[in-house]
Amino acid sequence: MSDDLTYKNGMEPERYELTAPRAYHFEWGRREFFKLLGAGALICSVAKDVLAQQESGRVRQGFGGSLPKEIGAWLHIGENGKVRVFTGKVEMGQNIRTSLTQAVAEELHFPQNGIELVMGDTQLTPYDAGTFGSQTTPNMNLQLRRVAAAAREMLIDLAAERWQVDRNHLSAVDGKITIAESEREIAYAELVKGRQLTQTIPAENSLAPAAAWTVAGTPAKKVNGRDFVTGKHRYPSDQKLPELLCGKILRPPAFGATLLSAETHDAEQVPGVTVVRDGNFVGVAAPSEELAMRAVAAVKAEWKSEPQPSNKELFEDLKSNAAKETGRQGAFQAGSMEEGLAAADHRLQQTYTVAYIAHAPLEPRAAVAQWSGEKLTVWTGTQRPFGVRAELAEALHISENDVRVIMPDTGSGYGGKHSGETAVEAARLARAAKRPVKVVWTREEEFTWAYFRPAGVIEVTSGARNDGTITAWEFHNYNSGASGIRPSYAIPNQRIEFHPTRSPLRQGSYRGLAATANHFARESHMDELAQLVKMDPLDFRLKNLKDERFRAVLEAAARKFNWGQKKSAPGQGFGIAAGFEKGGYVATCAEVAVNRANGEVKVVRLVTAFECGAVVNPDGLRNQIEGSEIMGLGGALFEAVEFENGRMLNPRFSKYRVPRFSDAPVLETVLLDRKDLPSAGAGETPIVGVAPAIGNAIFDATSVRLRSLPMVPNGLKSP
Amino acid sequence: MARITKLNVNGAGRLIDADAETSLLTVLREQLDLTGSKFGCGEGQCGACTVLIDGNPRRSCIVTVGAVGQKKITTIEALEQDGRLHPLQEAFLEEGAMQCAFCTSGMIVTGVALLKSNPNPSDKEISDFMQGNICRCGTYPRIVAAVRRAAKAQKGSGQ
Repeated sequence: MSDDLTYKNGMEPERYELTAPRAYHFEWGRREFFKLLGAGALICSVAKDVLAQQESGRVRQGFGGSLPKEIGAWLHIGENGKVRVFTGKVEMGQNIRTSLTQAVAEELHFPQNGIELVMGDTQLTPYDAGTFGSQTTPNMNLQLRRVAAAAREMLIDLAAERWQVDRNHLSAVDGKITIAESEREIAYAELVKGRQLTQTIPAENSLAPAAAWTVAGTPAKKVNGRDFVTGKHRYPSDQKLPELLCGKILRPPAFGATLLSAETHDAEQVPGVTVVRDGNFVGVAAPSEELAMRAVAAVKAEWKSEPQPSNKELFEDLKSNAAKETGRQGAFQAGSMEEGLAAADHRLQQTYTVAYIAHAPLEPRAAVAQWSGEKLTVWTGTQRPFGVRAELAEALHISENDVRVIMPDTGSGYGGKHSGETAVEAARLARAAKRPVKVVWTREEEFTWAYFRPAGVIEVTSGARNDGTITAWEFHNYNSGASGIRPSYAIPNQRIEFHPTRSPLRQGSYRGLAATANHFARESHMDELAQLVKMDPLDFRLKNLKDERFRAVLEAAARKFNWGQKKSAPGQGFGIAAGFEKGGYVATCAEVAVNRANGEVKVVRLVTAFECGAVVNPDGLRNQIEGSEIMGLGGALFEAVEFENGRMLNPRFSKYRVPRFSDAPVLETVLLDRKDLPSAGAGETPIVGVAPAIGNAIFDATSVRLRSLPMVPNGLKSP
Repeated sequence: MARITKLNVNGAGRLIDADAETSLLTVLREQLDLTGSKFGCGEGQCGACTVLIDGNPRRSCIVTVGAVGQKKITTIEALEQDGRLHPLQEAFLEEGAMQCAFCTSGMIVTGVALLKSNPNPSDKEISDFMQGNICRCGTYPRIVAAVRRAAKAQKGSGQ
């Protein structure tokens, strides 16, 4: 990919939630790490390195707050033999706690079970812009390998000094330094005993190439898995503090409603309750959930809201409100569309749409806030602890230095937890109640007041020759976003543009961003073109691509799927789709069974071939791919947010259908492990092929072309 | 309103103080500090709060403490015995049948109930029995594999 799609601020435009106005308006110096962690050795980066390391994630003023001035401390080897690693990344099910531990173990030459990762704690970990965009593996994994290598080299130097031998005779093995052709060895812990050593990460250090990995590159189980299968792990919503109160917020009757008046007298009579009215915010803190709910119900509020569109007129609405000027960020042009269309034997114009969908993380948003004087500590489930720290500081008019945000391993996010709503709510209530407060959103609140994956309208115009060569490709995306908007096919004449518009609903990042919508439109359209020129969909794709990595995943998926097989049952259909995004290549083959009598569409089998450079944890990667397939299936077939006049109409699992056991197809995964290429992230890209592969398979089964996601919310009966 | 003051949880009588209409989940989590059972939806649709009541899987978010009486409640916290995991807990680790794992307690408790009533379930029977449990991370095939593995392990150990 060329640089044409680097956005002005380095951030994809559909991360709408990061620039949205706040709902409510209301230093540490050099860290005393040795005091906190005890004697030992500390691997640090100086502020300059921290800045450079964060450059890729850092966006604009006001996003992420000020960078810490002090050094970043990354790794501590204690005299007790424990290794602690500090990273601002967070764990919410991607299993990066495991893959990052593997990376450290690999370079430190230290047992995995002796390594503890401290993650997402704004007081202890170096600044991090957030855990999104599949950036942990390409960036943090590399960073921690460098940190661990620096530690290993320092330990070798310490041993060489102690034994007065040439360091070239020493090696680091399994937590010890050993000397060649000798029985002598010394544990890392022994080397750092009673000392306070610091070492900065050198500008360059030698890392083991992927081909030589012994720990990384092998399947690893979730490092703290036992805590989860026993129910011991404390998620944000499980956090407890003495004197903890339960917080509840009064929700407006419609999106964007303004509070005209609130009579809180009756609510204040509920025992032990603190009621806060501050601008548009009305909330209560009470000794129990029962009392908090009673108090909120007792508030008599008057709201004013504007008439708002419904999902029925959504797509016309998005198009008619689109910004009029063209050629903005995300626009790309090559050759001439006019010439490309003139050279074509076949021309095709189609429109595709995608609905708003919800992340619906199984753990709703949750936060516990505790004040100690002017200092605030918040435990919350967020993908951006440092971003939430800034949000808290701004909302509560305090310094970021007085705010500590801690993210315990959380019940998933999928791009939906970039914001700090419950953190702000809990903190505001706790300040008034002068006691710690916990706010856990109900399922209805999570559906209604979080942000949605953007809906979108995509228009495609194309031309192809009789021999299957694509000559022209024009692609306009309204609202859903610009990720994955450009084709990986070699097409001489192109016009590609993303059009921002006015969204009736609060919207933001979702796993894979708009790459899902853009691949759905592109790969459905590719199938339609293949049909026009009477070519096999796989052959048609292969004919129009030059990228060998792209070809490799297509061929691998097709081989595993047995592409070209004869149909063996009525209603059976096969489809293929492929794509490239965030450094990973994916191809998906789908088999569906469609029953036109009762309308049931069943995805029987999904085969995915994926290539993301050198694989760090093959089993973790397979798990992410499988999860992407299942999640993608929901948005492909039946998930949609229904809304009307500022209200969500289906904010419950009984009304908003998510994939369940019976929806899961047979999943088969082919990993193409490219040890010669840097590792890319993998939690998102495998989702992009799912919807078009299924749609293409439905067409193959029924000759019905479905161009709207979700494709069959009410099944697919014969007309 | 009637108050409930005692529950039988994980083999022991536990003192509580709650209105009879309070959900069992709220009491387990807030009063007994048994936070392994999760709040996911509050309407019995996701299964994250599943506990065993007299051996049957029940959604503790829609069961009131008044309705439980002195029936035996078993939560995820009681499955590990003397430091030894239940075979299904082991199987979840072996199969990597979790990502964020917020659904895991409910999945394991439901699976334990299944294996008790049907020690050798087919994939279809596993899927049908667990249809009411949601995993947003999409680890369903791995969970089915874990239940299968545990069934095999129990058979092998003669349990």
